[in-house]
Amino acid sequence: MSFPWANEYKPQHPLMQWVDERLPLPRFVYNAIGGGYPVPRNLNYWWNFGVLSGVALVIQIVTGIILAMHYYASVGGAFESVEHIMRDVNGGWFLRYAHMNGASFFFIVVYLHIFRGLYYGSYKAPREMVWLLGVVIFLLMMATAFMGYVLPWGQMSFWGAQVITSFFSAIPVVGEPLRQWLLGGFAPDQAALNRFFSLHYLLPFVIAAVIILHVWALHIPGSSNPTGVSVKSEQDTVPFHPYYTAKDGFGLGLFLILFVILTFFAPNLLGHPDNYIPANPLSTPAHIVPEWYFWPFYAILRAFTVDFLFIPAKLLGVLAMFGSIALLFFLPWLDTSPVRSGNYRPLFRKFFWVLLIDIAILGYCGVMPAEGPYILLGQIASAYYFAHFLIILPIVSRIEKPLALPNSITEAVTGKAAAA
Amino acid sequence: MTTVEQVESMTEATEGEGVRRRDFIHIAATSWAGIGAVAVALPLVNQMSPSADVLALASIEVDISSIDEGQAIKTSWRKQPVFIRNLTKAEIAAANKVALGTLRDPQALADRTKTGKENWLITLGVCTHLGCVPLGAAAGEVKGEFGGYFCPCHGSHYDTAGRIRKGPAPLNLAVPEYEFLSDTVVKIG
Repeated sequence: MSFPWANEYKPQHPLMQWVDERLPLPRFVYNAIGGGYPVPRNLNYWWNFGVLSGVALVIQIVTGIILAMHYYASVGGAFESVEHIMRDVNGGWFLRYAHMNGASFFFIVVYLHIFRGLYYGSYKAPREMVWLLGVVIFLLMMATAFMGYVLPWGQMSFWGAQVITSFFSAIPVVGEPLRQWLLGGFAPDQAALNRFFSLHYLLPFVIAAVIILHVWALHIPGSSNPTGVSVKSEQDTVPFHPYYTAKDGFGLGLFLILFVILTFFAPNLLGHPDNYIPANPLSTPAHIVPEWYFWPFYAILRAFTVDFLFIPAKLLGVLAMFGSIALLFFLPWLDTSPVRSGNYRPLFRKFFWVLLIDIAILGYCGVMPAEGPYILLGQIASAYYFAHFLIILPIVSRIEKPLALPNSITEAVTGKAAAA
Repeated sequence: MTTVEQVESMTEATEGEGVRRRDFIHIAATSWAGIGAVAVALPLVNQMSPSADVLALASIEVDISSIDEGQAIKTSWRKQPVFIRNLTKAEIAAANKVALGTLRDPQALADRTKTGKENWLITLGVCTHLGCVPLGAAAGEVKGEFGGYFCPCHGSHYDTAGRIRKGPAPLNLAVPEYEFLSDTVVKIG
């Protein structure tokens, strides 16, 4: 699963030779993230975010397992146990704030990782499977983050659970029974909290498993690169270790600095104060909003206010919200341009930035109240989001005249043709 | 002892049609395993449904004697909020004035109340959009553009009969099963 010139694993120590013959795990690691994995020599810092996402998952799993040692999943005790962690458990405040902000940082790096893929065409052949598995990971992350947010059983937790599970009640006929089955009751209560805790503990390990598939699928063609030109010869690559372990290590340092700054100096910046009020099933907070990483999707959900044909507005909103992510599964076949990198696609590049602005507008509409100009703005931005993928991208792929590509990665880097 | 070759020959096609005796065993065995898998999956799926204690819905009795005309109270039934509202004559008139054909979920006020008690509007306080508790029951809360209830989450407006008039919700506020035990006590559930 690599290039023929990849370095071979040659254990020197007799013990390592003995292990290699019986369980070639060190060989596997060497070929995956060591000196045995050749990587294009021209990767920029946008290629750091895959590794950073993996580190963010590890931070979440480690802090989460520790928090689970002090948390009780009971409607009477969950809120208290979170306060117990904050006030009484040794270092508990740090672990909880790290977990809380760790979720946000996980989404930050994953969104940058996704935008990197969108810009450089990393979803195109032969890497479609890498992209599809990435979308699966993203969906699993959203489910995990949602269930985790329910666990403190504050007002936002409770009403988030109520609203999100109500999505399923929009499905005709089976919707309401399905919602009751998911919740184990008529409204979020003990049964729902307990099962969310169970699944919130399980899903990160499922994510880890899908990441292994994601990386496995990546290592078959190898990493893409900023030119989008395929690797042609040994000159085009460098071994992952030490070149990219060093580059990723530097990026990791910056990532951790930002992470601890937020965790120590503004731990509640990205949270919502209403979640420090215990859940009250009889009173909805005046303005409920999801966590920031769901804002654009929340705006799409709310964009539908009138029925269309025989489809109720509620179902339309839910379909559009899930559709906005499901759409990403079709991206490799919607963008038919053979040129991968946005650097060589002048028209595509403009629309890419327009899409980012559109997503930012959607996020803004998602956090503002559902009234006045924000409804119309959200509707326009939602329509544009779908138009980008379904109309603009296929047309741009056909009419655009891409810039001349370099003959090889080496030529792009050194400015001269590779020596024969 | 039979050799491997002999065993293979016993499983070969019998009369040219390509169906072997072993095919039957394959189908029978995998079918039986499939039935077994479904039998195991059923309890694993069904354990998620509301449990007996959740379903044991004690019905509640509410004293409504202290609710004046124009007032409403919020109470809790099946862990969900219930609104009990004593409509004013003007609110009843406003609800009856609406042509049913213009409604998203056409229902007259009379269909949603008990005969002779048309002033008592009893509904679940659960927005039919995504389940928030609409405002408008307690004094001073926003009642929306139609004087009934307003859901702040996604902007659904309900009228004085609890019917959806504007916004994303698909249905009127649900009317639970209830009966008047006397003029001042109502039993919900």
